[in-house]
Amino acid sequence: MSDLAYLFFEAAFVDNMPLTLFLGLCTFIALSKRTESALGLGVAMIGVMGLTVPLNHLIHRIILAPGAWAWAGYPEIDLSYLSLIAFIGVIAAVVQLLEMVLDRYFPQIHASFGVFLPLLTVQCAILAGSLFMVERSYDFAQSFVYGIGSGTGFAVAVVMLAAMRRRLAYANLPAGLRGLGITFVLAGLMSLGFASLSQMAATL
Amino acid sequence: MARRIDLWATLTAPLVSQNPVTLQILGLCSALAVTTSLATALTMSASLTVVLTLAAGVISTIRRFIPETIRLIIQIIVIASLVIVIDQVLQAYFVEMSRALSVFVSLITTNCLVLGRTEAYARHHRPVAAMTDALGNGLGYSLVLIVIGAIRELLGKGELLGFVVLPSVDAGGWYTPMSFMLLAPAGFFLLGALVWAVRSLLPEQAEDAEFSSPLPSEGAE
Repeated sequence: MSDLAYLFFEAAFVDNMPLTLFLGLCTFIALSKRTESALGLGVAMIGVMGLTVPLNHLIHRIILAPGAWAWAGYPEIDLSYLSLIAFIGVIAAVVQLLEMVLDRYFPQIHASFGVFLPLLTVQCAILAGSLFMVERSYDFAQSFVYGIGSGTGFAVAVVMLAAMRRRLAYANLPAGLRGLGITFVLAGLMSLGFASLSQMAATL
Repeated sequence: MARRIDLWATLTAPLVSQNPVTLQILGLCSALAVTTSLATALTMSASLTVVLTLAAGVISTIRRFIPETIRLIIQIIVIASLVIVIDQVLQAYFVEMSRALSVFVSLITTNCLVLGRTEAYARHHRPVAAMTDALGNGLGYSLVLIVIGAIRELLGKGELLGFVVLPSVDAGGWYTPMSFMLLAPAGFFLLGALVWAVRSLLPEQAEDAEFSSPLPSEGAE
């Protein structure tokens, strides 16, 4: 298996954002009540992560990384402590841009996303994607694949969870477990399933 | 006097009855990721409470000067700056802990709890009230983290804060550590069980059946 394909698989299933790394859980739980909204969130996640991770990679390499200003005669400058503000700014800008483009050219898709698109600015998983990219020093191609991969993993997980929660309509649950409680149990069961995928990855 | 009682209620309400994690669905991401041991849970709780309280204070102080359209960006920048400070302090004085928490300290920036409270409360209240509310929510969040962190470390390793409580079989004791507790699924199950327990004790928190009255998705941030 080629490296990039393996990275995609790993990002999407082994290191699944919500289920094994607990990232982006707030939206994961809150927007999985209906399958349509879950699907919209999933698609938006793939798009935003596929854009922001490589963009942040460029910003990190050209401006923020230690020694990035060596060509200008300042090899000792290390701006990496600014990466958090830079990354969140890029994410907010990309989300805003995506919203404007969709509104202008694809108003129907934009309407179906509704409120979820602006909320992606404060999605832990998206910021974490960029932070992991720096921590694991991916190159540009790897960042792109990693972004798309983790977005896909999130989309798959949230759609599956929404599909399962719909079936709960027929279940007679104890009052205290309804809603949030049972959703955690479901997510835990899914997480068990995804844990077995990491065994698969070990043998690839 | 009435004002003091009011503040007291603002401080204590989020501890159990309005708990940010089990009721408002805010700040879940970090609540599970850092609770494999009690020490990381404590550090995370302290960092988040400090960031939340300071951010609420700052935003509430400048609330009249924030233009409505760009308020989210301003709030995030305030929060991100505070998080950078905390991160640098941890890196400087608690290197081990900073490594154990990895990116999760930085992720306080996007913790829905911080933005949720500044957006919902600090923006409309005076600094003292806003900071009290933030402190209460921070403590409520810490309470959940500490309970889950303690259970996971105790059952997963037989230790609390690194001290042996249940002597494990390897060390000549009787307790077989359940390493499952340290894995991701256990975090979900424990939080689910905790929510169940809280809602059984306080039945008014229980949600209606989903198909009859879908709740508005509050706290979706």
